[in-house]
Amino acid sequence: MNSLLPWFILLLPLASASVIILFTRRFKRVSSFISVATAVAGFVASFLLFRQAGPSAAPLTWIDFPGVFTVPLGFSLDGLSKTMLLVVTGVGSLIHIYSLGYMRDEEGQSRYFAALSLFMFAMIGIVLANNFVMLFIFWELVGFTSYVLIGHWFDRDAAAEAAKKAFLTNRVGDFGFMLGILMIWMPTRSIVFQDIEAAMPQTGLTPGYLTIAALLIFCGAAAKSAQFPLHVWLPDAMEGPTPVSALIHAATMVAAGVYMLVRVAFIIQASPDALTVIAWIGTITAVMAALIATQQNDIKKILAYSTLSQLGYMVMAVGLASKEAAMFHLFTHAFFKALLFLGAGSIIIMLHHEQNIWKMGGLARKLPITFLTFTIGALALMGCPPFSGFFSKDAILALAYQNNPWIFAVGLFTAFLTAFYVTRLLVVVFLGKPRTAEAQGGDEAPLVMTGPLIILAAFSVLAGFAFFAQRFLALPQETEVSAVVPALATLAMVGGVGLGFFIYRNRTGERFDIALLRHRFYVDEFYSWLIDSTQEALARLSAFIDRWIIDAGVVRGASGGAWGAGAILRLVQVGNLQAYVFLFGLGIVVLIYFTVFR
Amino acid sequence: MVTLGDYLLVSALLFTIGFAGAMLRRNIIVILMSLELMLNAANLSLVAFSRFHVDRAGLPNYNAQVFVFFIITVAAAEVAVGLALIVALYRSRQTTHVEDLTGLKF
Amino acid sequence: MMAPWLFWIFALLMLIFGAAVVINRNPVASALSLVVSFLGLSALFISLDAFFIGIIQILVYAGAVMVLFLFIIMLLDLRAEKLRRINWIASAGGIVVALAFFIQVSYVVGHLKAASQGFPPLPKSTGDDVRNIGLLLFTNYNLPFQIIGVLVLVATVGVIVLSRKESR
Repeated sequence: MNSLLPWFILLLPLASASVIILFTRRFKRVSSFISVATAVAGFVASFLLFRQAGPSAAPLTWIDFPGVFTVPLGFSLDGLSKTMLLVVTGVGSLIHIYSLGYMRDEEGQSRYFAALSLFMFAMIGIVLANNFVMLFIFWELVGFTSYVLIGHWFDRDAAAEAAKKAFLTNRVGDFGFMLGILMIWMPTRSIVFQDIEAAMPQTGLTPGYLTIAALLIFCGAAAKSAQFPLHVWLPDAMEGPTPVSALIHAATMVAAGVYMLVRVAFIIQASPDALTVIAWIGTITAVMAALIATQQNDIKKILAYSTLSQLGYMVMAVGLASKEAAMFHLFTHAFFKALLFLGAGSIIIMLHHEQNIWKMGGLARKLPITFLTFTIGALALMGCPPFSGFFSKDAILALAYQNNPWIFAVGLFTAFLTAFYVTRLLVVVFLGKPRTAEAQGGDEAPLVMTGPLIILAAFSVLAGFAFFAQRFLALPQETEVSAVVPALATLAMVGGVGLGFFIYRNRTGERFDIALLRHRFYVDEFYSWLIDSTQEALARLSAFIDRWIIDAGVVRGASGGAWGAGAILRLVQVGNLQAYVFLFGLGIVVLIYFTVFR
Repeated sequence: MVTLGDYLLVSALLFTIGFAGAMLRRNIIVILMSLELMLNAANLSLVAFSRFHVDRAGLPNYNAQVFVFFIITVAAAEVAVGLALIVALYRSRQTTHVEDLTGLKF
Repeated sequence: MMAPWLFWIFALLMLIFGAAVVINRNPVASALSLVVSFLGLSALFISLDAFFIGIIQILVYAGAVMVLFLFIIMLLDLRAEKLRRINWIASAGGIVVALAFFIQVSYVVGHLKAASQGFPPLPKSTGDDVRNIGLLLFTNYNLPFQIIGVLVLVATVGVIVLSRKESR
């Protein structure tokens, strides 16, 4: 039984998705309850799995070319995966429950819940996989379900475009990921993490090879975790339903990249150069996203950029060779970011899908529970002590302080920006007077929606405290410098809050208009220019080849050659019977001459 | 004494006459007749060889004569089909003159 | 064997009327010349002691094939062709090729040792070559014989199909 538990956890959501797709498509309520029930059951099973310290199930062999290539179907059940499993199934269950309320009036409920279950299956697969091939397959599956869920309202052009964009951007990263897997497999002849770790020291690889391999693997993580320069898909992914944004594009899937980096940290940490690159990419992403977030007007876009920013922190921690700090921040972030998105979802649903923060205002009185929980989430996000984000962000900043002052400085500035834009969001949305008629009416969301909010808020407060977190995680060690860093971080936070409060109190419109930030540093424009121009060049090249080599050379050449040969040969075909007989006789005479007289 | 060579020469002459006829004449019926001449020239040399090779029992080689028999049969069938073709041709083209039949010309 | 002068008479007869087939402008005259030419040919067959072949030559050609020819000529109501412009180059070429062919063949015949020999005498008069040929036909050559039968059948059907009037 014990060894079957991981299988049960993994396959339960798949069963749910299959049942919904095959049998209960027509019955929306049944579908949604099946999905929610399996998600909760998965959480309970994960908890049981967490409590037991049994050996993992013996791996099954899936593909076996002895001595060359073996793919087992096995699980890695260590503290890391068990905690991640709890986060995924726990947050996943809450969001499933929340979806019951959020998606109540939707047409495609069965499709939605089937995709959600499929996502749970894939995500659990990523968490449990003990080898690269399994990981990669579930990795792709997660990408696919993300595509389906972003494009849930596929009749909206923006949603369909966003889904495509997410999928294609992820493909770019996954291609690098696959190359990285191959580069690791070639010297070690293994794809199982443990075996690779054991084999790595003996392979004697050059640092250059290791750096490239590590960076290629990071490429996959960068796409999934939306790191610069592959971050462009995540803000657009907010076209999906809000619970999806909360579950996939904030709490779990985008964290999968970080989780994967932590899982293969032994590869990345083997190359100092790769670590430096990764740390800086995380830093750049963090500060860039935070800067962009200050100029966004869409509540979900702001949260999306804050997700980017926090993911940047996690990647920064990975790059600073501390997987504990990365996982700690991932752990806390999952709770408060899911909370923020779900809170935003309540607001959005109450305002009938209005997402512009300048059309809200004064919502604190209308939505007290949402306001309270959202504020808790926001405080956790900006790293206000004693909320969870404070501890985890502090761990990362302390790490940076020790290792690289530049990264620390940028990280601190990002913390300031975070406090600033979160305050802006809070002030504009909840305080002041309602700016539109829609913001005046409305009621608090039903219990299925507020319940998860409250639970998540509790975790957002708790998750940072050592007594709670160390049950689940190996926490980063405290160091002596810890007095300086929290002080500076808190100072930055207070500064950001104060500035935000001062600027945006009682305003009805954006005060600044910074085009560079509003246009997200023109990355999207650059990409479309790049793709347009390369596509144009390639198209011209292939048009040239098609027109002048294939058409003119091969096709016309063949037809012209056949035509010309025909034109010459038709001179022989006089169409005169007598001439044929004459030539025939001439042939006979010549034939006789050659056979008899020669 | 009449030798084998005499028969063969007569046969060759007849064949040449038929050959020339097929080449020179333009009436398709006469061409068909010329074909018959050539076939029978071949028959003549076959029968001459048959008579020339007398086996131990004192009989001519009848294999050649059986062959001639086949040729005559096939020639009869060929004439029948050929004439039917000429009739069909004449129906559609109103001519038996090969220079008017230029359907094979591009 | 018959006397040499008879051979030459029949050979000449055959060749002259064979040439007449080609030379005559009137297809009826050509057809009748062909009959005479084949009569000479069958006489030559008989001179070679091939009585059966000689007889069926007359029966098949003079009796059946020539009737067919004449029938068609009358059916199509063919007249003597008008003298068209003769393509002298083509005619000369045809004659040259035909002559070249004849010269080649006569050269081969002239260099054939057996060609200068006479025919060996037959020990006894073999009047029953019909029986001998028939025996061969129904033993050694049975399969070709059957196939020829099928061929004739096919030709019959083909002729009927070809000469049927188009009924639309």
